[in-house]
Amino acid sequence: MAKTILTVDDSASVRQLVGFTLRGAGYEVVEAVDGEDALTRMKGAIHLVLTDLNMPRMDGIELVKRIRTSAAYKYVPVIMLTTESQETRKQAGKAAGATGWIVKPFSAEQLLAVLKRVLG
Amino acid sequence: MMDRHIAAFREEAAELLRELEVSLLELEERPGDGEVVGRVFRALHTIKGSGAMFGFTLLSGFTHRVETIFDGVREGRIAVTPPLIGATLAARDHIQALLAAPEGAGSELDGVGEGILEQLTRAVGEPPPPPDPAGPSVSAAGPSGTIATWRIRFEPAPDILLTGANPLLLLRDLRELGNLSLVAHMDRVPDLAAFDPEQCYVHWDLILTTAAGKDAIHDVFIFVEDRANISIEPVAETAAGRLGDLLVARGDVLPEAVEGAVKERPRVGELLVSRGLASEEQVRAALLEQQHLGALKEKRQRVEAESTLRVPAAKLDSLVNIVGELVTMQARLSGYSLESGDAEITFIAGEVERLTETLRESAMSMRMLPIGETFARFKRLVRDLSSDLGKRVDLLIEGAATELDKSVIEVLVDPLVHLIRNAIDHGIESPERRAAAGKPPVGRLLLAASHEGAFVSIRVSDDGAGLDHGAIRARAVERGLIAPDALLSEQQLAALILKPGFSTASAVSEISGRGVGTDVVQRAVEDLRGTLAVQSTQGQGTSVTLRIPLTLAIIDGLLVEAGGDCFVVPLSNISSCQELARERGAVRRQSLVTVREQLVPYVVLREHFHIPGEAPPNEQVIIAETREGPCGLVVDRVIGDHHTVVKRLGNLYRHVEEVSGATILGNGKVALILDVDKLARAA
Repeated sequence: MAKTILTVDDSASVRQLVGFTLRGAGYEVVEAVDGEDALTRMKGAIHLVLTDLNMPRMDGIELVKRIRTSAAYKYVPVIMLTTESQETRKQAGKAAGATGWIVKPFSAEQLLAVLKRVLG
Repeated sequence: MMDRHIAAFREEAAELLRELEVSLLELEERPGDGEVVGRVFRALHTIKGSGAMFGFTLLSGFTHRVETIFDGVREGRIAVTPPLIGATLAARDHIQALLAAPEGAGSELDGVGEGILEQLTRAVGEPPPPPDPAGPSVSAAGPSGTIATWRIRFEPAPDILLTGANPLLLLRDLRELGNLSLVAHMDRVPDLAAFDPEQCYVHWDLILTTAAGKDAIHDVFIFVEDRANISIEPVAETAAGRLGDLLVARGDVLPEAVEGAVKERPRVGELLVSRGLASEEQVRAALLEQQHLGALKEKRQRVEAESTLRVPAAKLDSLVNIVGELVTMQARLSGYSLESGDAEITFIAGEVERLTETLRESAMSMRMLPIGETFARFKRLVRDLSSDLGKRVDLLIEGAATELDKSVIEVLVDPLVHLIRNAIDHGIESPERRAAAGKPPVGRLLLAASHEGAFVSIRVSDDGAGLDHGAIRARAVERGLIAPDALLSEQQLAALILKPGFSTASAVSEISGRGVGTDVVQRAVEDLRGTLAVQSTQGQGTSVTLRIPLTLAIIDGLLVEAGGDCFVVPLSNISSCQELARERGAVRRQSLVTVREQLVPYVVLREHFHIPGEAPPNEQVIIAETREGPCGLVVDRVIGDHHTVVKRLGNLYRHVEEVSGATILGNGKVALILDVDKLARAA
């Protein structure tokens, strides 16, 4: 069965590009515009969360914290999308329990390689 | 395929840039508002990140350096000052230029960018932020190619499962690199009673023989290195194994502390309390309110974002066109059904008419946009103009939610720019002159929009010096527009400034003297079938009101007939209809009809258009409101209401002023749409 990935990004164009890549690789994709939206969309099987860090309302770090303290999804891998300049934010994300990160800009191959590593 | 994504990015970035501009202007008004700083930062950050994703490296690099500055603002290291806002606005424009430029053609833009960055640096008063490191670091190749054996110890922290990591997958990754042997250490697994299924008790010793280098092995563990003890040591093929003593615990940064530091920003409230300017309770209450309002705002923005669908404007235009054709066909069907007398057809035609009407309304409403977005764009104009002219101007906006057809808004932008320029350049006085006149030093410029039936009224008013009626009069006489002894009201005098070739500004200023006169505004408004009125009180200000029909594409008209030809008179112009009693054969000196005890001049369409034949005994006169005042149009008969799609007549007919377009009737005949303002001049 196809695995479901929740992508969280306030940039519609990045969501579109990531969604396109993931669907092309056979994943099911659920999209959310920010952390709070993501929490409302976490229903049923979510196998991995791919989240931006800077978002309005609830950022990626808070989202990771919430996921790690939820009953149903605390083991779900969370990959952060970061940029080179966000080292401290990345550390905070890791401390909050993020599984891994991908540095923007990334290629489709890089993205899929990371997913394979984390999802198997 | 990528093109489509890039187009999506361009569109999104354009939107972000608009938001950025709005936020920057807001920030200028409220430099201490952390929420606005956050919005500015986020917009820059998203543009940078997404730009890099879509290959806009120049744009991304430039934006990164601006973002770095706003990171400083966010952390309270850098103060928001007018020069900073000015430089950031310039940077915003530069990002826009980079967005539009084909990638690679940016060398001269790069120079511009450097200039702006210098400007920013000066505004901040700090050394420039370092340029973006060139892309993500590529894993060093390492001694790849040579096959080596590595001793790997992987000791995950017990809570590693709680980060979503799966150690077994990492082991599988390692196995893909080469020949792997492993030993799992189970000695820490406790008794069943103490066993916690959420903990990882196992650790591994691995021996890997691979052509991949140390970096490649390390890469496998990159996500878990904070939560595991990992050691990777080369094994001399001949050496004996000494596994146990290789482990070195990695001293991790204290992420909690960093996060705490990020969160800790100087708070205005605390400052106020410490200075005794406000009590703690007051600050706390205000903070609560701020949070509450912030949450409301975010919620509203989200609801809007979620319930919006992006559609290219061209698709909507084509939809409206098709609906227009449908309206025409439906009118034809209704006409046919009435003549046929077939009940079934009449019923169907009635239903089609109802549905067409609904469809038309919803299609038109899709093109309706609130004018507020356009108004907001003028904030920048007002800011730049007033600072160029050394004046201080507050821009007030009313009725931002008023909706107008997209095509109308597009045409309105230039005239509005012109009117705003005029108001700031000629209307609002310098702070010194205002003070001398007993006015507040900051001038007020009001942009107001409101609905008035099928029209929207847009008002640009200032509280400046007002029009100098004497000067206008002198100028109009000089230009031969009026007779020297003409008796004119103030309003009539004010209207003179709209005449072509009229300008009272003795010194043509840099700002509004760029070859566009107020008559350009007049022409644009006429193109929109709207009207323009000027009102001015000396010393108190000037107000220009544009009255524009809601939509251009389809009009409601009255279908009339004269000498067998059909004409459409826009319903928005018509105030009443009545019968006209004309004495046959009498020589008419003046064509006047009495309407509500008022004499109104009229035009006989039959005569005006030289249509041969006898007029019927009872003609109808339609009274229309025009710019020249009320005017009658005499026709043979009034047929009825007619929704109609305006078709342009094309260049060949551009000299036929009285006709603004044409439409096709139900019976396939063409009817001309009359421009009553122009016709009235013949009355």
